[in-house]
Amino acid sequence: MSIRTTRALRAVAATGVVALALAACSSGGGNDSGADAGSADDVAAALEEGGSLTVWAWEPTLEQVVTDFEAEYPNVDVELVNAGTGNDQYTALQNAIAAGKGVPDVAQVEYYALPQFALSEALADLSSLGADQLDGTFTPGPWNAVQQGEGIFGLPMDSGPMALFYNEELFTQHGVEVPTTWDGFVEAARALHAADPSVYITNDTGDAGFTTSLIWQAGGQPFQVDGTDVTIDLADEGSTQFAETWQTLIDEDLLAPVSSWSDEWYQGLGNGTIATLAIGAWMPANLESGVPDGAGKWRVAPLPQWEEGASASSENGGSALSVTAASSQQALAYGFLEYANAGDGVQARVDGGAFPATTAELESDEFQGYESEYFGGQKINEVLAQSASDVVEGWSYLPFQVYANSIFNDTVGQAYVSGTTLTDGLKAWQDASVKYGTEQGFTVNE
Amino acid sequence: MTATTPSTPAVPAGSRTMTGTTTRATTRKPVRLRSRAPHSVARPRRSVLMTVLTGIVLLYALVPLFWLVVNASKTQSSLFSSFGLWFSGDFALFDNIARTLTYDGGIFGRWFANTLLYVVLGAGGATFLAVLGGYALAKFDFPGKRGVFATVIGAVAVPGTALAVPTFLMFSQMGLTNTPWAVIIPSLISPFGLYLMWVFAAESIPTELLEAARVDGSSEGRTFFQVSLPLLAPGIVTVLLFTMVATWNNYFLPLIMLKDPDWYPLTLGLNAWNAQAATAGGEAIFDLVITGSLLTILPLVAAFLLLQRYWQSGLAAGSVKE
Repeated sequence: MSIRTTRALRAVAATGVVALALAACSSGGGNDSGADAGSADDVAAALEEGGSLTVWAWEPTLEQVVTDFEAEYPNVDVELVNAGTGNDQYTALQNAIAAGKGVPDVAQVEYYALPQFALSEALADLSSLGADQLDGTFTPGPWNAVQQGEGIFGLPMDSGPMALFYNEELFTQHGVEVPTTWDGFVEAARALHAADPSVYITNDTGDAGFTTSLIWQAGGQPFQVDGTDVTIDLADEGSTQFAETWQTLIDEDLLAPVSSWSDEWYQGLGNGTIATLAIGAWMPANLESGVPDGAGKWRVAPLPQWEEGASASSENGGSALSVTAASSQQALAYGFLEYANAGDGVQARVDGGAFPATTAELESDEFQGYESEYFGGQKINEVLAQSASDVVEGWSYLPFQVYANSIFNDTVGQAYVSGTTLTDGLKAWQDASVKYGTEQGFTVNE
Repeated sequence: MTATTPSTPAVPAGSRTMTGTTTRATTRKPVRLRSRAPHSVARPRRSVLMTVLTGIVLLYALVPLFWLVVNASKTQSSLFSSFGLWFSGDFALFDNIARTLTYDGGIFGRWFANTLLYVVLGAGGATFLAVLGGYALAKFDFPGKRGVFATVIGAVAVPGTALAVPTFLMFSQMGLTNTPWAVIIPSLISPFGLYLMWVFAAESIPTELLEAARVDGSSEGRTFFQVSLPLLAPGIVTVLLFTMVATWNNYFLPLIMLKDPDWYPLTLGLNAWNAQAATAGGEAIFDLVITGSLLTILPLVAAFLLLQRYWQSGLAAGSVKE
């Protein structure tokens, strides 16, 4: 996408948020999202009676789930619409909500964006429909992410506990040890780059999701939310630890100047110029389809640690399915959610290469014992599932994280392209976020 | 005859034409400055600098096209492992085309048909309206004409992107979003096309001709279709090309308006395919995106080749005072 369209999208996304906040204000007391949602019995009845549901989602494995679901409940007709990926879809959703027409019944929402939609009353509270019975079904990270205050605003679909994916062939070839700590990571970056100047330990041009995930792992809690009271501190201990380590990598030009998900990125992962990726557990499917040349060369290791011998992890990406507040058939919609994310749909999605958020699937022998041919026969799910249970608790995203992430490159991203330091970049990000949050009517403390 | 190269054109600037086929139509005596040998259009002056600059521009325009053709012939893995500007690996163009056309249940064909629909109804309609409006503004007097002029000039300055979101809200109230009409109706408005037709009609249709037709008893409708329309043909082709390219490449408006992939134009569809590579669990299909892009530009290339003759004479019209 060209810079211009990205800018335009951002502008629209920003307008959308404002419109959404206004809509939330105007609908204030009246039509409470959770009140008329119904009960668990209604869900069974609705599934029996049937109807048609519109689902906005980009997750590819859902296609199979919809087919199975329609076979199981022949009266229900599900229209699966790919309304765009991530930000594109949120923009569309916000526009539809602002317009009051064309809002889908179910939408895929990433964990970082969920608080924003939940707080502006765009999503239905699923507690009374049976979601409150699902405690323990999901791993703690995602389950925590779908809860806001007293409500449950979605069912976790997938999760992204972090791990270090690395090109083993490259490490062996240059005689470098696979790092287990972030200090070791910097050492390995130097060693690899010295051995072959075309090789970089990883790529990074400034990515909000990655940065927040590493701060999360370091124990930072830069965003704390209590209703409409928000505290932003991007200079806390965890953030500082990340900034210092990463500054070294930037200063010594040890990061490949390649944006993630670009064709150059896929190229670098395939031709051995990008040696590792610290990324969510959903990555194997993308490596298999996007980097066929890497087959047999890649392995998975636990995420490098901030302290030697620790076992901390965090989440990167992952999304939930939510029922919109505007849906007129919330009980039926919840029936679909439960099928897809807690019922039979989970296995279909795991078979399609998705990384589940449910403990039962994660702990099953079949899942853990899977030997990936792409990863040279390694039982990668053992590493990834372990990471899911090591996720550091207490993390939360901003209730306007979609906006905050959209300005990440204008603030923190500057550290990658100019003389600004990461610390200054994080400060600029904080200032801009505080300003925006205050304008949106939040009480923001620094 | 190029012994002394004059630094100033020997013919008045107003009488130079853009095409090599038109001869000089001035009856005024060429102003001679320091030159003894005026350069006619048939014998243009040669300039090394201009040749080099034109060459660079040509290269700049053609290299991406060349890249597209070369890379559409590669498999996904050789796409990443080979030099971008030359062929490599198996020649997979036809296989790629076949897979592009069949991927995901052949949805590419559907997108192609959608784009054609938007172009035929949107760009065709926009051109039709621009011709009618431009002709009326140029050749008829009515109260408020100056107001219309100011509005049109103002509208040229407003980018369509800025209007997309308000239009979305309005269309949403009317229940038109997520239907083809949401793309076609806004495409019907082309302020620049209207302005161009207005200027063109004012220049190319002598008022005396219309008066003669009226004297002969021709109705206004007949005069328009039988007398004026043929004279306007080059202008119509120009406006048609502009609106066609704009509608064919339209991205932002459909992005805002359409959610159902069955109604996507090619631009949105290809972007959706491209986005697959950036999705957890999504299949990276860069080879199909590239082949699809190549297929997408072919009709535009064909349209330009077919219409450029008219277009050139269209651009040149008005530059010669008769």
